[in-house]
Amino acid sequence: MTSTDRWQLPDGIEEVLPGQAARVEQLRRDLLDLFCSWGYELVIPPLVEFTESLLVGLGADLDLLTFKMTDQLSGRSLGVRADITPQVARIDAHSLGSDAVTRLCYAGSTLHTRPKTPMASRSPIQLGAELYGDGSLAADAEVIGLMLATLGAAGVCKADKTLTLDLGHVGVYEAVLKAAELDDATEEQVFDALQRKSKPDLEEILERVSPDSAEMILALLELHGDDTVLARAREAFADVAPAAVTAIGALEQIAAIIRNQHNDIGIYFDLAELRGYHYHTGIVFAAYVDGHGQALANGGRYDNVGEVFGRARPATGFATDLKAVVRLLTQDEQAQPGAISAPAVDDAELIRAVAALRAQGEVVINMLGSEADPRCDRRLVAENTQWVVKPIND
Amino acid sequence: MSRPLILALTKGRILKETLPLLAEAGIEPLDDIKTSRKLVFATSRDDVRLVILRGTDVPTYVRHGAADVGVVGKDILLEQGADGLYEPLDLGIARCRLMTAAPVGWEPGQGRIRVATKFVNVARAYFASRGMQVELIKLYGAMELAPIMDLADVIVDIVDTGNTLKANGLEPLQEIAQVSSRLVVNKASMRAHCDAVTDLTDALARAVAEGASDAAA
Repeated sequence: MTSTDRWQLPDGIEEVLPGQAARVEQLRRDLLDLFCSWGYELVIPPLVEFTESLLVGLGADLDLLTFKMTDQLSGRSLGVRADITPQVARIDAHSLGSDAVTRLCYAGSTLHTRPKTPMASRSPIQLGAELYGDGSLAADAEVIGLMLATLGAAGVCKADKTLTLDLGHVGVYEAVLKAAELDDATEEQVFDALQRKSKPDLEEILERVSPDSAEMILALLELHGDDTVLARAREAFADVAPAAVTAIGALEQIAAIIRNQHNDIGIYFDLAELRGYHYHTGIVFAAYVDGHGQALANGGRYDNVGEVFGRARPATGFATDLKAVVRLLTQDEQAQPGAISAPAVDDAELIRAVAALRAQGEVVINMLGSEADPRCDRRLVAENTQWVVKPIND
Repeated sequence: MSRPLILALTKGRILKETLPLLAEAGIEPLDDIKTSRKLVFATSRDDVRLVILRGTDVPTYVRHGAADVGVVGKDILLEQGADGLYEPLDLGIARCRLMTAAPVGWEPGQGRIRVATKFVNVARAYFASRGMQVELIKLYGAMELAPIMDLADVIVDIVDTGNTLKANGLEPLQEIAQVSSRLVVNKASMRAHCDAVTDLTDALARAVAEGASDAAA
């Protein structure tokens, strides 16, 4: 083993060093406090679970992303969580078993077998909030509001960055797909081409289907952008796929509610956004920041996912990666008060003075011998029988 | 004004055929790209800048948001996977075909055949779809040499005129895909610069359509 083998970390696995780590932890505390102030209760799901529980329902897309090993005790397969949301859904559906509205939040590390997106960490710190037991648009609006408040509190919206709220509704694609009556193989190809917004590929695939169906699906491709999207969508689908109109109505209402609360937010509608299509059942949303290729936070409605754990419940929620958020923040060089150095003297009065200062929230560092810590801008000095704080250069 | 839109172009033949389309769309580099050794070019529009890259690097730049929009061959998108990108427009330029080729008269024998290619993912998926398990040999250039030197039985490569194949005693076999250059867009740029990106896509689409009708006339 060379020394390189000893210090090198696997690709996509990083350590967070002083400074950055303090910011990540401070943000974690601030955001969990924020969730708490909205009435979301903290849960701490386990790091590993039986693979079956991790990969049902919401987790169906996570198979290849999940590290697995054999449990020596039970002989069953264990998975390291790649996403915390399915765990929280299980907690709501099985462990809590309440019929009331339940608001839960969490923060913890996850592990991915490969980076989810280019440059992404393989061990993000996922932080999120989930709302169970209410299927109304008010619940969707609350969760979207909380996501925006979260990014706001993190300081993402400050500085020169533009935050865009992405809104979609899987009901639109569902209705159009049903009306288009495609066979399974074509449907799969259409799904793939729509995700890439590839007009040329889509046109080629749709050569084999009826012109009416082709027209509907191609219309979907163009339905992304500002508010005019919704009006255009109504026009395009009112006759051919009336079920889509209900979903479009829901989007209009949500947009109106969000604008009331955040009148400066840019909203981008994307009716062909199919992220998490296999488990999402309603409004889906994401927050994008200019210059950052991936969504910074995302979420959506996933009703009835709890059914596999014994109870179907309306559900919506969002999650973000704390490390990614902190990386994005411009470091505010706030003039933080420096630390206080305490001399290496054995004195009961000094110990009392140090404890008193620490209780007030000061950072007091006991100097070891001739140590000088650059963080200290003040020091404790003995004056008569009293220990007093003086500037370091005094 | 917000920051300029960054366009990542693929150097070589694709670049040569992209520039006239961009000119139609009102975007012309201020320096002569052919002679300049620069990598970043200002254009006649102060809200658009060009960077010139190797084709394999274009999706990387666009995916990470280092460039907003890119022009890249479909072969590269097929090989790398288009995850995280939008590809709204076929520019119809630098047309060629991704094909298998083998020495004239070659017949598959028993066991695994050896395939030399730059496009290992495309080749693996293609042969798998035909029920064939193959031995893949990744090469970075001069694919035609591999069968001659008995490094491989078959190659998977871009075929334009087929002259290089012929000159080396090879013949094209099956077509895997038609290739032309695509416009790719970063997902966040599509949102943050929705109007600018849509305008550019529409302008290029018009230029492509005009080019096609000119060619037909």
